[in-house]
Amino acid sequence: MAQLRLPANSRYTDQPGRHHAAPTEAARPRQFRIYRYDPDSRAPPRIDSYDLDLDRCGPMVLDALIKIKNEVDSTLTFRRSCREGICGSCAMNVDGVNTLACTQPIAAIKGDVRIFPLPHLPVVKDLVPDLNEFYQQYAAVEPWLKAEDAPPAAGERRQSPSDQEKIDRPSACILCACCSTACPSYWWNSDRFLGPAALLAAYRWIVDTRDGANASRLAKLDESFRLYRCHTIMNCTEACPKDLNPARAIADIKRRIAEGEG
Amino acid sequence: MTSYPLVEHRADVVVVGAGGAGLRATLGLAEAGLETACITKVFPTRSHTVAAQGGISAALGNMGDDDWRYHFYDTVKGSDWLGDQDAIAYMCREAPAAVIELEHYGLPFSRTEDGRIYQRPFGGMTTHYGKGIAQRTCAAADRTGHAMLHTLYQQSLRHRAKFFIEYFAIDLIMEDGACRGVLALDMASGTLHRFLAQATILATGGYGRAYFSCTSAHTCTGDGGGMVLRAGLPLADMEFVQFHPTGIYGAGCLITEGVRGEGGILRNAGGERFMERYAPNAKDLASRDVVSRAMTIEIREGRGVGPLKDHLHLHLEHLGAEVIAKRLPGIAETAMIFANVDVTRAPIPVQPTVHYNMGGVPANVNGEALTSSGGSERLVPGLMAVGEAACVSVHGANRLGSNSLLDLVVFGRAAAAHCARTLRPGASLAEPKASALDPLLDRFDSIRHASGARPAASLRDEMQRAMQRDAAVFRTGDTLAEGCAALGRCRDAFGDLGITDRSLVFNTDLVEALELDNLLGQSLATIHSARNRTESRGAHAREDFPARDDANWMKHTLAWVDPAGAVRFDYRPVQLETLAADVERIPPQVRAY
Repeated sequence: MAQLRLPANSRYTDQPGRHHAAPTEAARPRQFRIYRYDPDSRAPPRIDSYDLDLDRCGPMVLDALIKIKNEVDSTLTFRRSCREGICGSCAMNVDGVNTLACTQPIAAIKGDVRIFPLPHLPVVKDLVPDLNEFYQQYAAVEPWLKAEDAPPAAGERRQSPSDQEKIDRPSACILCACCSTACPSYWWNSDRFLGPAALLAAYRWIVDTRDGANASRLAKLDESFRLYRCHTIMNCTEACPKDLNPARAIADIKRRIAEGEG
Repeated sequence: MTSYPLVEHRADVVVVGAGGAGLRATLGLAEAGLETACITKVFPTRSHTVAAQGGISAALGNMGDDDWRYHFYDTVKGSDWLGDQDAIAYMCREAPAAVIELEHYGLPFSRTEDGRIYQRPFGGMTTHYGKGIAQRTCAAADRTGHAMLHTLYQQSLRHRAKFFIEYFAIDLIMEDGACRGVLALDMASGTLHRFLAQATILATGGYGRAYFSCTSAHTCTGDGGGMVLRAGLPLADMEFVQFHPTGIYGAGCLITEGVRGEGGILRNAGGERFMERYAPNAKDLASRDVVSRAMTIEIREGRGVGPLKDHLHLHLEHLGAEVIAKRLPGIAETAMIFANVDVTRAPIPVQPTVHYNMGGVPANVNGEALTSSGGSERLVPGLMAVGEAACVSVHGANRLGSNSLLDLVVFGRAAAAHCARTLRPGASLAEPKASALDPLLDRFDSIRHASGARPAASLRDEMQRAMQRDAAVFRTGDTLAEGCAALGRCRDAFGDLGITDRSLVFNTDLVEALELDNLLGQSLATIHSARNRTESRGAHAREDFPARDDANWMKHTLAWVDPAGAVRFDYRPVQLETLAADVERIPPQVRAY
């Protein structure tokens, strides 16, 4: 039976978090309400609020987080790297939606900006979730080329532009985990359901004309939890900050299995 | 001092960094049966290689006539004759096999009609020794680095390579002048780990975050270079910092040179295609240092665009929506997000932005680190370096676009092969003396408990602004002297550092302070080396010494930075011979595009 009650140190309390007021001369103040969890203390998570002057802040949510860390509270903890939407580090839940903080304009959010870690993952600290299980699921689909034949002695394996197009988008995944952690099925069964990101990674090789392992790839997915916990809710596709379509990839995997491919 | 229990690890090789070079080395080592530990401060696919856009150069000749010797010529010329010609010959000769290997690993390259790897023109890449325009840069749309990094990580998984993810390397463990391994912090648990190995390979990338505005990721803090300086070893050619011509104005995000490769054009406020004046043949596809200087002059002479006339326009509307969607979809997205520009209708506002470090840990083609004492050169036992962290030197005074992804795979592979040839798997490792570790733990502890008045962020900001102001596209003796003084003050102020996060679990306040220390050492090396080099060559443009001075300065700088911030120099000769029968040396010439 699933555990319905969160562990004690994961439950919110009514206790208000710390408030950090904006400088009094702020021309365009905006409040950022941010989930804080300090693993060293036994305290439950809290919501701290920070008032910033948007006239003195860059346009993206990540700019605001960095401004807070640099100037207001250096204990605020989050991952970030490329700041241009390609490394996938700063995935988090902003205004109720999983997205990359670096490409999410503050201006697109009405009212207070609520920032939480990606949902339904263990939290290491503040906005940093534990992604180990997510990475293991990616590795579990054996996401590497398994060709039937040895490569040509000289030169590349040929692939037509139209065949390349089949892998072009699916291979653009940045492993940010926005999709998987937006999926209710994944929330309930992340121990057994691979989730949309790993399934998209499997699909990327299934449709690669250079790969020759379709039968074993599909056979391995053909299991009630790994693949079929997808109930076509489509949150994954909705959440993807790179406009990829994991839901469609999963549907195509199911179709291939149903049609006896492999 | 707090006593820190150390978690012990022993491996044949420890690789620090999991970008393109680190992963290529790691998977080669794993393949060769060497016990390998790859330590990385971010999950491998988040390394900055992921942001490379345009492509990887190799004379495959898929799109027309090409020869690796043309590529060799272009790279020597691009380096402004500071590159070592034996190393450049090695890289360009190996390039086609290295790229084909990536394809065989499954990299999703864009394709030609007949199914070969698609190749596009890039700056400084020519055929027949400068006579024609080469199509040499192999591309996966405009996310080639992403495709490459993910492919290399996938191959590492296939070879069951051992990763230590979100481990921050603190310092090299040195004993009697040899590197015995590395001390690292497991960020998630806050525990310290001692890795001992026969060889330590630094693949830690560049230090672009020494500057205020750069295309580099927040994590590009050159941690390997910082560790090397603290180990009392030199860094080479640190004065050569590449400004990419097309960073998005304000945001600094990269717009690939592939845009100009596909036909994009730079224009000034008068709508003039000004590169025709500066580089009559190559025009917008001249070498990056040339284009960045031309843009800086245009802005300085009042022909910049915008209310402050402080940037220029990159046009690609004329390429048509179809070419943009097929070849440059990521650029279209980035320009929309960060400049609010629909590239099918309007130009992108751009300015020269810090992008790449030609300098780094001096190393040979095997990746073995070098130092010199009393004018004679020697290897540093147990220490290696590859990729942007290293200075082999294949890029000399200026790197050509699409030669960096090539550098990563060619020298990552070479380093692994060298280890496979020279190390015995499982060879026993002697226990280092406690004195090799105590100073490292002391330093870590003092930064961890730093309680001064200066937050790392404010000190970092001061350093970045000084570098931006005083070590820019154009430099003079006066500005560099001011910069040296400013950086010296930053070094001193580090003694007054204060951090507020006292926990050990995922303490990014602490990690940013450790990164800042690494940046400071390299900033000092950079600005002092720039002041010391009284000539103009490649990316190092001195207004007070506008000419290249081969008689006095055709040599590599080696710079040591002591703990107080004092810098001393030595030099290495440039290798002007190819040391190979299949390619002729390119004697120094006037460099024009």
